[in-house]
Amino acid sequence: MSIDTAPGASANALDATSGAATGRDILHRLLMTLGPILAALIIAGCILLVVGVDPLAYYGYVLEKGLFSPLGIQQTLTRMAPLLFLAAGLIVAFRAGMWNLGGDGQFLLGAVTAAASAPVLVQVMPAWLALTCSFLISMVVAMAWSLLPALLRAYQGVNEIITTLMMTFLGTSLANVLVKLVFRDPGTTVPQTRTLPVEDRLPRLFDTTITSGLVLGLAAIIIVHLVMTRTAFGLKLRIVGANPRAAVHAGLGVPRLTVAVFAISAGLAGLAGAVDIIGVQGNVRADWNPAYGLAVIPAVFLARMNGFAAIGFVFLLSVLSIGGESAARRLGVPNHFTLVLVSIMLIVLALAEYVDHRYNQSRKA
Amino acid sequence: MPADKRDIVALEGVTKRFPGIVANDGIDLSIRPGEVHVLLGENGAGKSTLIGMLSGLQQPDEGRILVDGKPTPITSPRHALALGIGTVFQHMMLVPTLTVAENLLLGGPWWQRPRTEELEARVAEITRSLGISVKLHAKVSELSLGEQQQVEILRAMVRNSRLLILDESTSMLTPKGIEELGALMRRLVGQGLAIVFITHKLKEAAAFGDRISVLKLGRKVGEIPPERFRTLSEQEIISEIVELMFGKQKDDPEAAERPTRTVRADAGPLLQVADLAVAPTENAPGLSSISFDIRPGEILGIAGIDGNGQKQLAEALAGQRAATGGSVRLEGTAIEALSVGERRRRGLRYLTDDRLGEGTVGAFPVSINFFLKQVGASPFWRGGVEQRAEIDRRAAQLVREYDVRTPSLKTPVARLSGGNIQKVLIARELAEGARAVIFNKPTYGLDLANTLASRQRIRDTAARGLAVLLISTDLEELLSMCDRIAVIANGSLVGTVANADDARTKVGRLMIGLAA
Ligand SMILES: Nc1ncnc2c1ncn2[C@@H]1O[C@H](COP(=O)(O)OP(=O)(O)OP(=O)(O)O)[C@@H](O)[C@H]1O
Ligand SMILES: [Mg+2]
Repeated sequence: MSIDTAPGASANALDATSGAATGRDILHRLLMTLGPILAALIIAGCILLVVGVDPLAYYGYVLEKGLFSPLGIQQTLTRMAPLLFLAAGLIVAFRAGMWNLGGDGQFLLGAVTAAASAPVLVQVMPAWLALTCSFLISMVVAMAWSLLPALLRAYQGVNEIITTLMMTFLGTSLANVLVKLVFRDPGTTVPQTRTLPVEDRLPRLFDTTITSGLVLGLAAIIIVHLVMTRTAFGLKLRIVGANPRAAVHAGLGVPRLTVAVFAISAGLAGLAGAVDIIGVQGNVRADWNPAYGLAVIPAVFLARMNGFAAIGFVFLLSVLSIGGESAARRLGVPNHFTLVLVSIMLIVLALAEYVDHRYNQSRKA
Repeated sequence: MPADKRDIVALEGVTKRFPGIVANDGIDLSIRPGEVHVLLGENGAGKSTLIGMLSGLQQPDEGRILVDGKPTPITSPRHALALGIGTVFQHMMLVPTLTVAENLLLGGPWWQRPRTEELEARVAEITRSLGISVKLHAKVSELSLGEQQQVEILRAMVRNSRLLILDESTSMLTPKGIEELGALMRRLVGQGLAIVFITHKLKEAAAFGDRISVLKLGRKVGEIPPERFRTLSEQEIISEIVELMFGKQKDDPEAAERPTRTVRADAGPLLQVADLAVAPTENAPGLSSISFDIRPGEILGIAGIDGNGQKQLAEALAGQRAATGGSVRLEGTAIEALSVGERRRRGLRYLTDDRLGEGTVGAFPVSINFFLKQVGASPFWRGGVEQRAEIDRRAAQLVREYDVRTPSLKTPVARLSGGNIQKVLIARELAEGARAVIFNKPTYGLDLANTLASRQRIRDTAARGLAVLLISTDLEELLSMCDRIAVIANGSLVGTVANADDARTKVGRLMIGLAA
């Protein structure tokens, strides 16, 4: 045909222009992220004003305790370890279009399993092997907990949002029962599991109090990111997520992939529980439920399911939650205000996106 | 060009740019009541983009649109409807989980109860005049694409538009359906409506049009106004268009003579289907005792009105739909129990007619969409790791070979024009390793040159000793390519005729329910 060469020529032209465009794109993206966060801080500040707390004092305190004090930043980085694992699990599930909202149940069961197994195992084998085994068992238990929603979704098409939420209710209760009735430490009066001695826990990084679980968490989320973006397996999951009918048409084994996604996602949530226990807490107290799983969801959305961006947002979340806990004690603002803040951010971000879209449309009109 | 008082809608110097491409470049167009304005142009020439701006989906970057002589920015599809512009888009825009009736009622004021009875009466009236039948209470996802297209046409008509835009609305109709739609268009313009009609079939343009505009690479390269149009014969019009579009003269481009391919009569069948059955659903026919053999090098055509089980047949063969009985053999081995992926590995290929619904992942780059069915296979993946360079190299090769017009390999495939997405699918299915290929409407949405090229590719495929099953609603296409043509009606094959001189009449008789 006469115009055969056109596509090649224009392709090169575009590649040149797209380079310049991406620079502007990144700037725009950055503005669209930071602007709404600022707006959310202001709105949350107004709420604080209404309840009679000086917002500047509150934010100052959060920043100081969560970011600028040496102890605070170490706590923040330590808190990131389980959150990163949870975020990694959510990225896998969300990219594959499966809404695993059962992270908390899977997390707690992983935590209880770790707390039950690690103190026993360290007595019979070298510490590194014991901890590894403990991690693996926690992962398997959490995976098993996701099996029912996975099978229901894969073979019956039952909506996983409802089933995973139900399983998380059951899972938290089960974890509690296990702590109180099965793995309870006979040596203490408060109901809790046996405690992993501090010297057997994950080592700390250098001379700080930061757990080396942080490194594991970073590794997990980066590996997940690379697998999702660079491998055939990740591409298959993304196809299932982006167009399930195309996945069937392309001959992918969608049910098997579905089960795999749930297993990976839940396994990572189980590891999150284990890393928190083996690295930091040492035991599980009855009725302990930090609800990290739910808190991480907005962070993953804000990061648009990008692993590297998720690291940033998890850091932000950690600062807010560590700082918020201190501020709660000092200023009497409830602990959960952190969640209020995060959700305001999410809403403002969504609004900003909508307005941006409308603006682009009307500018051309 | 000064706006004419007779225009109900006029475009003045309208330009629309997308990253890497000028889709419309300073286009003037006048749309008048009582006229069918035919828009022609190659794949990617910018026809759908122009329609997108008329129907409020997109805004021009430069130039303006006049409605009733007044410059009017059309800001949203709702606004377009309010202005009396109804559009049937190239790709289906129905909500698959709702019924046809619910889809037709969408967009009514939210505080009012949907007026179902009124709708039914109106629909009955329109379908009668159109000679189509529409299952109002069927879920859209159960309908074939051809049936969905009819619903789309119906939806635009129900709304009493002053300007009706049809973007390739004949692409899935049978010759009879096209004739009826054409007659309806003539009646509507007779009543004073304006129609914009996009097609790739030049005969339709000559038969139903009053005015023709030709786009090429985003620019308007020619127009035949009604005064001239009326003085020309069909042949003159077609050759003038061909010259405008392709810059070269060809007498009747579609009349490519049937090749004298010789199927080796002694060869055993390559694809054998016996007593294949699929259970019917409430609104879609099942299949009952479908049997046929295809020998190496042979092209078997399936003719019939869309929605008579073609989709079910193709999907059952490909393994996407559970069969309730019967056997499918490829090169002698039974494959009816195998998965989709396994059948493909054994050399069975299926070109779907639903390019956006299941054929591609719209948000993924063009390059990846070439390999959707090979994810994990070397050399594009090694040890499960993506080989970006290898993928891009091969994709660039396919883009060149199949003339896919795309700004870059990274462009999300849904951004391409309809015909160019189709080229991506064809390229994918004809790649190495095929033994038997099912083509479901392979040339749907392709422009003339690409249609001819693709037909030639399919013939070449067969000539290499592959078995080809060609499903199409376009009788010309079947007659120009097949060795035998079977007719499907209501889920069973009602007859098979050899493609000899009287095939057209015989197939026609079978299609209207008479014995051949
Ligand atoms: N939303 C979009 N973003 C980027 N590019 C686009 C978009 N829509 C269309 N294009 C580009 O604009 C050009 C014109 O596309 P358009 O869909 O108008 O072609 P067309 O004439 O309708 O072709 P066809 O006959 O294949 O349907 C194409 O090169 C296409 O890739
Ligand atoms: Mg188009």
